[in-house]
Amino acid sequence: MKYIDEFRDGAIAKKIQARLHAEAQPARQYSFMEFCGGHTHAISRYGIGELLPHNVRMIHGPGCPVCVLPIGRIDLAIQLALERGAIVCTYGDTMRVPASGGLSLVRAKARGGDIRMVYSGADALEIARREPGREVVFFAIGFETTTPPTALTIRTAQQEGLKNFSVLCCHVLTPSAITHILESPEVRQFGTVPIDGFVGPAHVSIVIGSAPYEHFAEEYRKPVVIAGFEPLDVMQAVLMLVRQVNEGRAEVENEFTRAVNRDGNLHAQALVSQVFELRNSFEWRGLGEVPYSALKIRPAFAEFDAERRFGLGYQPVPDNKACECGAILRGVKKPTDCKIFGTVCTPENPVGSCMVSSEGACAAHYSYGRFKDIAVKVEVAA
Amino acid sequence: MKKDYIRPLDIRSGCVDMGHGAGGRAAAQLIEELFLAAFDNEYLRQGDDGAALAIPVGAKLVMATDGHVVSPLFFSGGDVGSLSVHGTINDVAMCGAVPLYLAASFILEEGFPLADLKRIVDSMAAASRAAGVPVVTGDTKVVEKGKGDGVFISTTGVGVVPAGVHISGANARPGDAVLLSGTIGEHGVAVLSKRQSLDFETTVVSDSAALHGLVAAMLRASDGVRVLRDPTRGGLATTLNEIARQSNVGMLLDEATIPVLPQVEAACELLGLDPLYVANEGKLVAICAPDAADAVLAAMRAHPLGANAVRIGSVTEDPHRFVQMETSFGGRRVVDWLSGEQLPRIC
Repeated sequence: MKYIDEFRDGAIAKKIQARLHAEAQPARQYSFMEFCGGHTHAISRYGIGELLPHNVRMIHGPGCPVCVLPIGRIDLAIQLALERGAIVCTYGDTMRVPASGGLSLVRAKARGGDIRMVYSGADALEIARREPGREVVFFAIGFETTTPPTALTIRTAQQEGLKNFSVLCCHVLTPSAITHILESPEVRQFGTVPIDGFVGPAHVSIVIGSAPYEHFAEEYRKPVVIAGFEPLDVMQAVLMLVRQVNEGRAEVENEFTRAVNRDGNLHAQALVSQVFELRNSFEWRGLGEVPYSALKIRPAFAEFDAERRFGLGYQPVPDNKACECGAILRGVKKPTDCKIFGTVCTPENPVGSCMVSSEGACAAHYSYGRFKDIAVKVEVAA
Repeated sequence: MKKDYIRPLDIRSGCVDMGHGAGGRAAAQLIEELFLAAFDNEYLRQGDDGAALAIPVGAKLVMATDGHVVSPLFFSGGDVGSLSVHGTINDVAMCGAVPLYLAASFILEEGFPLADLKRIVDSMAAASRAAGVPVVTGDTKVVEKGKGDGVFISTTGVGVVPAGVHISGANARPGDAVLLSGTIGEHGVAVLSKRQSLDFETTVVSDSAALHGLVAAMLRASDGVRVLRDPTRGGLATTLNEIARQSNVGMLLDEATIPVLPQVEAACELLGLDPLYVANEGKLVAICAPDAADAVLAAMRAHPLGANAVRIGSVTEDPHRFVQMETSFGGRRVVDWLSGEQLPRIC
């Protein structure tokens, strides 16, 4: 496949691998956080961890929008479907995230909630047009990648004067989460999570550009390399980070030049700021309340804000005590450090959010990486 | 014989109504003018509640049944009718049996256009005739509007296993070769592309086909075939995990050998799906003794439905029963069971 196969070429991977082994200094430890779930997925899917030198460690960050969605928010969506009779539309991988009372959107659907999987907010809008007698709510989640389409959906609904459509807005912001991690005691105070640099988000950066990360490089002295989601992108980004660390540099570099520039998509940014404004604070699963880390719908579009329209009150819900998703999302623990990983918590029965999305650190490790050290024996039958 | 019904069934603009399932005159008319007309054979013509079938003496019978609830009902390369014939014939054939007869049960939703029903039944009849496996008995029920999804079809197939053939998912042994009859993922992508919420343009056509001819050719080529299975729902990955569990073995695949059409790969890339988990309706996986692999592969390639057959890996000794894969990128990973439904990624 053109423009894809070139970035999955095993022969080139071997060359980058050789450079990494040559340039990573044996006396040093390198710890890089890949922020995006897409990178976490690629690292597991292609076995990139095995190709890196032993002293280069990848830490899975909180960049999976499904994983960071707090229980209380999913409860709100379920409440709209089961108690308010609304048609709740959402993206596919949001459907299985555990909520309160053993429920999830999939289970609420089985209990009679009208919950529909859509591929975009525009699909939800279409349902609202087709069924004017029903309240249709788009449960909008995601980072800066999915925010502009939601903004467009709300603006279109206003232009058309739709009376039965609203959005439960749970859009969150990447730079705020990175700041939160860098300010966390584990990183700043205790040093239990050593972070030498970041593999910067791919699709998010197409929208916001590379400029927002300059703050991290300058203020925190952490190099950032923005990388695409293909395996060669990730390996190249790790090599670029190793080089920055070796040379004592802390800059924003762009590996993903085929899609990202410094300014990003200005048209999309204008659309987002027309429809949304900053929330003072928003709860992230695993990170707790993070100031100025999410968006809400501006008063000019209030009638399309499901929280106002239905008078919803947010109720935080603690995670299962045995679940280590919080620590895993902050990079403090690895999936295998969690006692219930692979036993009580599996992709069939996820307890924590990291096991739900294929981009979650636990699901990626469970699905692709578990038992990879077990020897494979091929015997010819007698 | 003079017809009992003065006014023929209005197939052009009529709809299924509750009367068509009530067992009265309307039901009889639907059966006679639509189902009998399409499937016409000596067993159905007898009009009994079941079919009395001739079975070879001493033969081992295989029976398989399958429900078909595909949405949309019509897709590129097929429809629920032909699919219901192919799917059940394949289930019988994957037991190493020669399929002989089919039974079909229709659950129709009130209001379903008779024209669409005729199109489905005609397609089913054509598929059954082409495969040489007649529909010998059947049933029709009608459910109220809103309680069905247009048409649900259940088909049951009966076949006989030739002497000396013993095929089972429990037969795989370490060292055996894992063979695949062709490219994967076409059916799933063809169906997805016609879903109302997606509706993307693609040239991908469903691979829906009856595989009993291919199976017969493979069994003729060698007695070393141990396992046959068609990777339908859950795709190739799930099928291989099923076999690994049944046989208590592992598998090691070579990703680079698994054929995927570029269009399928592109569609999966766009939707965030893995072709290994996408459904097929005209492909089979065979596991055979290592010394039989070349002969079986040659026989597969000589058949039109196995022209792109390849060896994709080997059976391993593994108490954990893992299906593992050497990735084309140079790493190794587990190819796990599908968890729930394969859901598209958000970004």
